[in-house]
Amino acid sequence: MNKLNLTGYRRENGRVGVRNYVLIIPVDDISNAAAEGVASLIRGTYALTHPYGRLQFGEDLELTFDTLIGTGRNPNVAAAVVIGIEPEWTNRIVEGIAETGKPVAGFSIERYGDLKTIEMAARKAKEFTQYASELQREPIELGELWVSAKCGESDTTLGLASNPTVGRVLERLIAQGATAIFGETSEVTGAEDKIAAQCINQEVADAFMKTFQDYQDFILSTGANLMGSQPTKGNIRGGLTTIEEKALGNVEKMGRNKVMSVLKPAEAPKGPGLHFMDTSSAAAEMVTLCAAAGSVLHFFTTGQGNIIGNPVIPVMKISANPLTVSTMSEHIDVDITGLLRLEMTLDDAADKVMEVMARTVNGRLTAAEALRHNEFVLTKLYRSA
Amino acid sequence: MSHGALMHEKVDDVAVVIQDVTAGDEVKIVTLEGEDMGVVRAVQDIPLGHKIALRDMSAGKEVIKYGRPIGRATKDIAKGAHVHTHNVRSIRWEASIDE
Repeated sequence: MNKLNLTGYRRENGRVGVRNYVLIIPVDDISNAAAEGVASLIRGTYALTHPYGRLQFGEDLELTFDTLIGTGRNPNVAAAVVIGIEPEWTNRIVEGIAETGKPVAGFSIERYGDLKTIEMAARKAKEFTQYASELQREPIELGELWVSAKCGESDTTLGLASNPTVGRVLERLIAQGATAIFGETSEVTGAEDKIAAQCINQEVADAFMKTFQDYQDFILSTGANLMGSQPTKGNIRGGLTTIEEKALGNVEKMGRNKVMSVLKPAEAPKGPGLHFMDTSSAAAEMVTLCAAAGSVLHFFTTGQGNIIGNPVIPVMKISANPLTVSTMSEHIDVDITGLLRLEMTLDDAADKVMEVMARTVNGRLTAAEALRHNEFVLTKLYRSA
Repeated sequence: MSHGALMHEKVDDVAVVIQDVTAGDEVKIVTLEGEDMGVVRAVQDIPLGHKIALRDMSAGKEVIKYGRPIGRATKDIAKGAHVHTHNVRSIRWEASIDE
């Protein structure tokens, strides 16, 4: 195919973004109101509200920090204002984002109240949005992109068509030096050996199998009946019968790429190539973690029609299910139903995805962006103190 | 006649129908590479995206798709039947099934 002409925003740390947001990041649930106050006053800003951040501890707390800091660091973000109830945790997030060199400022509500905080934070947000509005897109290379992939409301069309297509796209991107993330630890059950076999070396394969086994042990330790949640009711409606069948379709997204490392939730990859991240299979949680790890664009394959989006990264919907493409057309960015009819090859389908990817990188809104699907969902590892 | 169902591997026990199928329909089966694998008569209605049995299977048999077991038949399955949760269940998470 022809060389794609891509443009993006080159950030202070050299990473490349495809969007140019100013985020207002609440540290905790009770700072959502102030963050929304600022975002309602200042054009071009977005309040990244969420329900946690108080009395979390240990690994669970660290993951909330990593997710909030990582989201602020994402190259799709030009600048960020952080608002928390008290200064210490607020500053920790500010400092984590500031390492990238992008403009960031923190405000804490105690000793001021919401209204004074909103005024101070809004003045800074105004400065940041004017700064961001002057940043220019410049030519970027395919290999500079960090992307991620996950499927949702899966059905049998994913294993037949959509996931092998994304696998082919990831092969092409990675051949040019790009970085990619996939995951969904519980949803690869029955195909985990396929991932292990594609790990770059034994050390990575061992790390993957340990991550996988820990998750299995955790699920079994709850004593829950997994059959109620995997496959999901939507999966079953779409014809997927067992977790093994779902997993074998899921892992087709890898393509023939080697798995270079196993990432903790929200951990940024340390080099190019495909990386496995330990994540839930819940769409919004998984995409939120990918964005926190630095992905700037997400390939989302769907069978029955998952409608998820993300406030920081464009989520491109790819479907090969003719019923979904016709009944939920406003949610689908790339229609590859021709694969089921054998009217197109995997390479044709990959070309089509790459073409829409290029337009999306260059600024075209995805269906989820146009429909304001802004699901930002923190992964909670266990209950708070 | 255009194809009605796709199979991943030639050894598979099942194929995925790509449109709604009605009992009695002759379903042409092809591989993803487009190779003709013959015709199977559906003995039940099968919705788009669901699986049709390509051969008779006894209860207890591993059901093969992608060239690998995707579960175990919980009852006898006739060629042309709808293959789904009513007659196949997970092998991997068998221990967690309440029955």
